Amino acid sequence: MTAAVLFENVSRHFGTVKAVDAVDLEIAAGEFFAMLGPSGSGKTTCLRLMAGFEQPTGGHIEIFGETAEGVPPYRRSVNTVFQDYALFPHLSILDNVAYGLMVKGIGRQERHRAAEDALAMVKLPGYGQRRPGQLSGGQRQRVALARALVNKPKVLLLDEPLGALDLKLREQMQEELKSLQKSLGITFVFVTHDQGEALSMADRIAVFNDGKIQQLGTPEDIYQRPQTRFVADFVGSSNILSSAICARLGVPAAAASLRPEAIAIGTSWAEQLTLPGTVTARSFLGAVHRVSVDCDGEKIVVSSPAAMPLPDIGAEVQLAFSRNDLHLMEVA
Amino acid sequence: MTIAATQPILPNRPRLTGRISDFLWKHPQVLLAVLLGPPVLWLGIIYLGSLFALLLQSFFSIDDFSGLINYEFTLATYKQLLSDANFDIIVRTVLMAATVTLFSALIAFPIAYYAARYARGKWKAVFYLGVMLPLWSSYLVKIYAWKLILAKEGILTWAFTKLNLLWLLDGWLSLPVIGGNSLSVSYTGTFLVFVYVWMPFMILPIQAALERIPANLIEASSDLGGTPQQTFRHVLFPLALPGIVAGSIFTFSLTLGDYIIPQIVGSSRLFIGQAVYAQQGTAGNIPLAAAFTVVPIIIMGLYLWMAKRMGAFDAL
Repeated sequence: MTAAVLFENVSRHFGTVKAVDAVDLEIAAGEFFAMLGPSGSGKTTCLRLMAGFEQPTGGHIEIFGETAEGVPPYRRSVNTVFQDYALFPHLSILDNVAYGLMVKGIGRQERHRAAEDALAMVKLPGYGQRRPGQLSGGQRQRVALARALVNKPKVLLLDEPLGALDLKLREQMQEELKSLQKSLGITFVFVTHDQGEALSMADRIAVFNDGKIQQLGTPEDIYQRPQTRFVADFVGSSNILSSAICARLGVPAAAASLRPEAIAIGTSWAEQLTLPGTVTARSFLGAVHRVSVDCDGEKIVVSSPAAMPLPDIGAEVQLAFSRNDLHLMEVA
Repeated sequence: MTIAATQPILPNRPRLTGRISDFLWKHPQVLLAVLLGPPVLWLGIIYLGSLFALLLQSFFSIDDFSGLINYEFTLATYKQLLSDANFDIIVRTVLMAATVTLFSALIAFPIAYYAARYARGKWKAVFYLGVMLPLWSSYLVKIYAWKLILAKEGILTWAFTKLNLLWLLDGWLSLPVIGGNSLSVSYTGTFLVFVYVWMPFMILPIQAALERIPANLIEASSDLGGTPQQTFRHVLFPLALPGIVAGSIFTFSLTLGDYIIPQIVGSSRLFIGQAVYAQQGTAGNIPLAAAFTVVPIIIMGLYLWMAKRMGAFDAL
């Protein structure tokens, strides 16, 4: 089956800056694909390469088996939901949504009907006569989504579309986006710097740093088995154990990652590994306590359920965890 | 050094300026009145008042025998304004202003577009300097310089001769109405100088309008399938329209009112500005001069009304 988007050794250099550097990528049709990374990691440039706003300085891009480099955005069956929505301020909501159909020459009645349907799909029926300036951020985000989806794109690109929304709205939109993608079956490519968003929505995630893909896999893979220190650090806040501590635990490795929630304080079973340490700080985060423990000069963060007894600062504690939760990394 | 204040709230400032400043902080409406009073008085009395007095003159008439103004309200002067000879002047001026505005917009748009979208740093400074520089030199000198350029013995004729294109220039000058003995005594010459002199007033507002258009709207249009031509027509042009209208108000009204350019470069046929100059000066007919000045005001009013109806200000 042809990939929805295929990158072969794609680079985009701006002078000496390698925004995207020799990236290989294959996004399957119908997949919800997330590109995760800090700002400046190249994820947005990758998205712009798919949309056609940027042209690669090297490599080959295919969209559903057809060569995409040199093809302008208006000849790609790919639509984008922009970070700040980019709604046309001089057009009504209905004309905004119908814009893609209008430039394709579809008659007024037909395109307005399709736009009404698209607005209903994003739960904004009857908002057609308003202007973008009269809508809230969340509503504008839905309009941007409707404006892209009304064209029935082969691939929908979303550039941090939830970044400007408040937490409640963001969680709600995450669910809606996910179910929309399921029901429409369109390939979604989603750019975000929020690892929670990527983990909860995506079928697969590519973690970007410095213009390269650090790791590509399912959310479970990325979270449970980070392959590099960067991924372990960026996706969630994993503890990285040095080779010295690994040696003490009897697991020789250059480094190992350990999730804060995989560690228990005080209690241990016989088959578990243990580390002694001193509590240096603690804070209450709602469902859990975040406890920092010093083990021979290395800081280890423990996420301890709020129901568990909380040690005082300065207390000597035993950290216990299963060997299975310790993920060895080849590079430090 | 300690920065901790000894009291939670500091005492009133002792000096008079401090007390005034505190008072104005507590009474912002007084501050507003102080700031706005003088300019509003200036605008209301000196500026609008004198304009109104001028307009009032147009409803008086002149006694043909004595040459004295008859201070009785009458529409006789307006009847005189609409006589064939005077109406010709109005039509000629309006056509010239419209042509000048249209061509200014056509030339200004690409320049403004480049400046707003592509010019950065040094090139932006070069752009502003290039556009503003002509405004810093004397208007009269520029027009006389153009007269020399356009004259029969001028550099333009010389250039056309050297390029073996004199037949083209002669062919143009032999055309009715827009032609003449040389460019410097033809409507074409007047048009060229008008376009040159008012160009900055068209470029700057368009550039400001284009600068305000977020770049991702262009990308969004392209992303949704809009070709560059469609993006221009449906996104760029409508959003730049307030700037184009603002620029055209300048070029249009400045051309309507100017009396020096057509006097120096052009034929002996009058424009509104020249008519005003002649009526209030040699002819001593202040009412008719005032009536002539009403024409551009009415035309500009109609123009703005039409621009608003066309939605030119919707994107503001």
